[in-house]
Amino acid sequence: MANPHITVMGLTMAYGDFVIQHDLNFTICRGDVFIIMGGSGCGKSTLLKHLIGLQSPAKGEVFYDTQNFWQTDASERVSIMRRIGVLYQSGALFSSLTLSENIALPLAEFTKLSRVEIQDIVSYKLALVGLAGFEDYYPSEISGGMQKRAGLARAIALDPEILFFDEPSAGLDPVSARLLDDLIINLRDTLGTTIVVVTHELASIFAIGNNSVFLDADTKTMLATGSPKKLLAESSNPKIIQFLTRGEGRAV
Amino acid sequence: MKPIETTSPQASVGAVKLIPTDDLAVSILQFSGDWVKKATIGGSASEVIAELAFKQKPHRLLLQSGDLTAWDSRLPTCLIKIGDECQRLGIDVDVAGLPEGVQGLLKLARAVPERTGARRSEQGKPMLTEVGKAVLAAWKDVQGLVYFIGEAILAGWALLRGKARFRPVDMLLCIQDAGPSALPIITLISLLVGLILAFVGAVQLSMFGAQIYIADLVGLGTVREMGALMTAVIMSGRTGAAYAAQLGTMNVNSEIDALKTMGISPMEFLVLPRLSALVLMMPLLALYSDLMGIIGGALVTVSAFDVSFLQYYNETRRAVHLSDFSVGLGKSVVFAILVAVAGCMRGMQCGRSASAVGDAATAAMVNSIVYIVVADSVITLICSRFGV
Ligand SMILES: Nc1ncnc2c1ncn2[C@@H]1O[C@H](COP(=O)(O)OP(=O)(O)OP(=O)(O)O)[C@@H](O)[C@H]1O
Ligand SMILES: [Mg+2]
Repeated sequence: MANPHITVMGLTMAYGDFVIQHDLNFTICRGDVFIIMGGSGCGKSTLLKHLIGLQSPAKGEVFYDTQNFWQTDASERVSIMRRIGVLYQSGALFSSLTLSENIALPLAEFTKLSRVEIQDIVSYKLALVGLAGFEDYYPSEISGGMQKRAGLARAIALDPEILFFDEPSAGLDPVSARLLDDLIINLRDTLGTTIVVVTHELASIFAIGNNSVFLDADTKTMLATGSPKKLLAESSNPKIIQFLTRGEGRAV
Repeated sequence: MKPIETTSPQASVGAVKLIPTDDLAVSILQFSGDWVKKATIGGSASEVIAELAFKQKPHRLLLQSGDLTAWDSRLPTCLIKIGDECQRLGIDVDVAGLPEGVQGLLKLARAVPERTGARRSEQGKPMLTEVGKAVLAAWKDVQGLVYFIGEAILAGWALLRGKARFRPVDMLLCIQDAGPSALPIITLISLLVGLILAFVGAVQLSMFGAQIYIADLVGLGTVREMGALMTAVIMSGRTGAAYAAQLGTMNVNSEIDALKTMGISPMEFLVLPRLSALVLMMPLLALYSDLMGIIGGALVTVSAFDVSFLQYYNETRRAVHLSDFSVGLGKSVVFAILVAVAGCMRGMQCGRSASAVGDAATAAMVNSIVYIVVADSVITLICSRFGV
């Protein structure tokens, strides 16, 4: 269990002089489903950008295993980045490629599989996210929720070690959202994938999360880290309780 | 069952084997070794399927993992392919002998059945179909142009009645962009064009000692023709393509849809300011370009062909009349409309992808240059008919 995969130490994030969050400290262990929570605009997506190498910290460190992500040379960083898969908040599919080409792209670039095998894997990944048969559609021809799921299929194309999801269930119907949770748990259980999720979906948070961090926009720092269930049961911070109970307070 | 090893050094191998049992109706399909992306796999799904269909023909297929050491998506992918085929052949598949994780993933992959009618078949079409499609597409293009021009005229009418809805500040930005910002490049190109015209004429005229007529050539050439034409070509590349890209990107982001649902006509809000900015600015730019062209001609003539500046000036004044200026200005107004229409139309009709935006910008540029040259010939023809 206690096998740290990503460690964040004293991280301060800023756009120019504008500090978004300061002094973040938490650890994501191997096989965790780690939830990043907090109100809208508190810096969850920004934190994700720091973890996946799109934005460098104003201060502090991010460690992958024992490697200092932002201090190693660029080629090391790229090799770490190749081990992760990301689902962006807006899907970020390549608009001029079909779904099948979108998912086949990383497979064709980074493996030696034949075209037929790649095509089979593409169909399998699309089936996993509930999009069987949509291979030849362009992203502009499918709905927002479907784009999200296609983005997920692309993120898991290479069976990455670590998966980052930015609001995966936003825009999905409850049944699809539930299937997505099942998929996340399944990926973790079968492939041992470490999963980091930004989400507001309370049902998901409690169903899949076994570790989390709570960011606050007012104090601009984290308020707590730990299992969401434990936070709900034990936290004394009214903001966290409000968030985890949709503002209704803890049942007594 | 270990999760995938991402850094195993030695080459990994996997295999799939179809084993008949004593019972003819039951076969066993055994998976062994490493089933990861970089492994070499002995046997393939299609071989297994061929053997099932033509040789063993069992009623039941037991899937088993023998000494399976590691696996990733490659295993479920293969299993699904075989499973689908078995379903078609009427063979029962028993997955109980597989690792639990694989069973879970298979179940998930089948949780949402394929939506009927979703799949598209990509068959080659006969050539006649392609030709027909191309003609229909061209016809639709023409309709689109007529529709767009109609809409633009309505929007212009609304503007004249003072009922058009757009932000004046947008208009100012467009004017700034289509006017003053273009001055440097217009200066450079026009000077050089004037220079070139002077040189071309000078070679012939100086043979007869008629260098002074270089002024006529350059003056008439720029004022009637080159000033307006070069400005229009520059603006189609600089501004027309930019309009197409801007409106195209707005279309990709559903911004144009948002305007429509707010009850604001994108024609008035987006196209009108751009169109009027170009129509207001292009004639001024063309005038400026005329001046620069004449200066360019003068530079050459005065410095190399023994004509004084004053002579050149007087000759130009004698040769170029107000009517020549009005021809040039008239052309530039027409060109401005064409450039703006081509740019905005391509932008508004843009598809919803990144490459569609690129296509729109290219099409805008190509179309406007074609329109400009055709319009120029027509106007020149009419002018010569009426002796203007
Ligand atoms: N490119 C940027 N430049 C400057 N400030 C930015 C930029 N992107 C985001 N911000 C600011 O950073 C803060 C955090 O943004 P972020 O996108 O991380 O929020 P979030 O927690 O993901 O919110 P949501 O739940 O709505 O997605 C916001 O206040 C935003 O204004
Ligand atoms: Mg966000």
